[in-house]
Amino acid sequence: MAVVRIPPVLRPSTDGAKEVNAEGDSVGDVLRTLAQTHPSTESQLFADGGDLNRYVNVYLNDEDVRVLDGLDTPVGGDDILVILPAMAGG
Amino acid sequence: MSTSGAEYIRKIKSEITEVDPTAAHELVGDGVAFVDVRETDEFDRGHVPGATHIPRGYLESRIDGAVPDRNQHVVLYCASGQRSALAAKTLEELGYEHVESMTGGFTLWKDRGFEFDVPRTLSPEQRERYSRHMLVPEIGPEGQQKLLDAKVLLLGAGGLGSPTALYLAAAGVGTIGIVDDDEVDLSNLQRQVIHTTDRIGTPKVDSAQEAMNAINPDVEVVKYQTRLDGSNIMEIIEGYDVIVDGADNFPTRYLLNDASVRLKIPVVSASILGFDGQLSVFAPYDGPCYRCLYPTPPPAELAPSCGANGVLGVLPGTMGLLQATEVVKLIVGAGEPLIGRLLLYEALGATFTELKVRRDPDCPICSREPDEISDQEMGVFPDYEAFCAAAG
Repeated sequence: MAVVRIPPVLRPSTDGAKEVNAEGDSVGDVLRTLAQTHPSTESQLFADGGDLNRYVNVYLNDEDVRVLDGLDTPVGGDDILVILPAMAGG
Repeated sequence: MSTSGAEYIRKIKSEITEVDPTAAHELVGDGVAFVDVRETDEFDRGHVPGATHIPRGYLESRIDGAVPDRNQHVVLYCASGQRSALAAKTLEELGYEHVESMTGGFTLWKDRGFEFDVPRTLSPEQRERYSRHMLVPEIGPEGQQKLLDAKVLLLGAGGLGSPTALYLAAAGVGTIGIVDDDEVDLSNLQRQVIHTTDRIGTPKVDSAQEAMNAINPDVEVVKYQTRLDGSNIMEIIEGYDVIVDGADNFPTRYLLNDASVRLKIPVVSASILGFDGQLSVFAPYDGPCYRCLYPTPPPAELAPSCGANGVLGVLPGTMGLLQATEVVKLIVGAGEPLIGRLLLYEALGATFTELKVRRDPDCPICSREPDEISDQEMGVFPDYEAFCAAAG
């Protein structure tokens, strides 16, 4: 089961959890499992067509899934997914 | 039976290898390490180009940092060839295999008409002020001179800009520009440590200048009490060596990115919220730009400001000083800058995470040549108008 790191802006949608364990064999599967468990994350992660929102960066361990196979990127049980939002605070 | 100093030096010279200045001259630029063992005032009056300066009294303690390889060919020189002979003996005893002392020293080198460098020198007061930098091999007098010659622009004299400004001023960055149109407010003082209670209501650029010059009167502070926009950004940022992004909003961050790519100025970027910080260095065309990392900003509800969501007062100190560190590294050319890497700091868990950032071959900005980027498209991103309307 992969670990998904939840950024602060999404934590209200995960009952404050900083990390959530989620089943899935691909990045898309894991994130959809997260969205099923915590439904209010869905609209923040996914666009209408089921793709990731353009403003959501997702990393498999330390690599951006955009340079891998996107939502189809395979995920192993020991992998960590990092959801990364841009922040502008200074 | 006692030995005179002259006899002792003659004996040492018979035990080491010497090289004539003409033969030594042919070794310049040939991978040979020239080490000048004279005193600082002598070195400052002129030295062999590219020579490393290690006064003889510091030879044993500093040679490992300057010449770590015991097989490296080393040519030592002083004024006349006596101190360097003694130094050569010392290096041989330390295990250096290929050491020579230059006969006649720098005096004969100059008499033969060979080229030499006369460095710009620091004043005695500067030597004292920056003495701890002088001792660091990665900085030293040359690096300090680079800092003194450097021009760094700070975007914002707020949370991130405060520690960055203070430490860069202390480090001796010669020219520091600050862009901020705001005034000091009581609610700033929980984290914006460059400002003070008695300066509430003062323009932040004035308050910051006062604090920076109080630390280091040598620093020239250039104040821009304005908000960056498409009409003024190119004029303001041009000529700076490094820009420090501590802006508090997305439109300014995208605008800065696009203008800095056009002018090929590296940006040390950080952002903070709550207990989280992000840091990266965007070096145009050497690495990814801000748009490669974030093609489009999140909607306003997912991008709250520190004003709306709060921030740990210490956090901008942590992130701002990481920024200042990257700035110094870029200026002196030391270490590995945080280019193509994003550092995440999560203060509650006390964790650092490093992510890779790749150049986007389809990046709307840095996939093109600088002169192809127009004024009109700078700072614009998808749904820009809706974003700004939502953000108010």
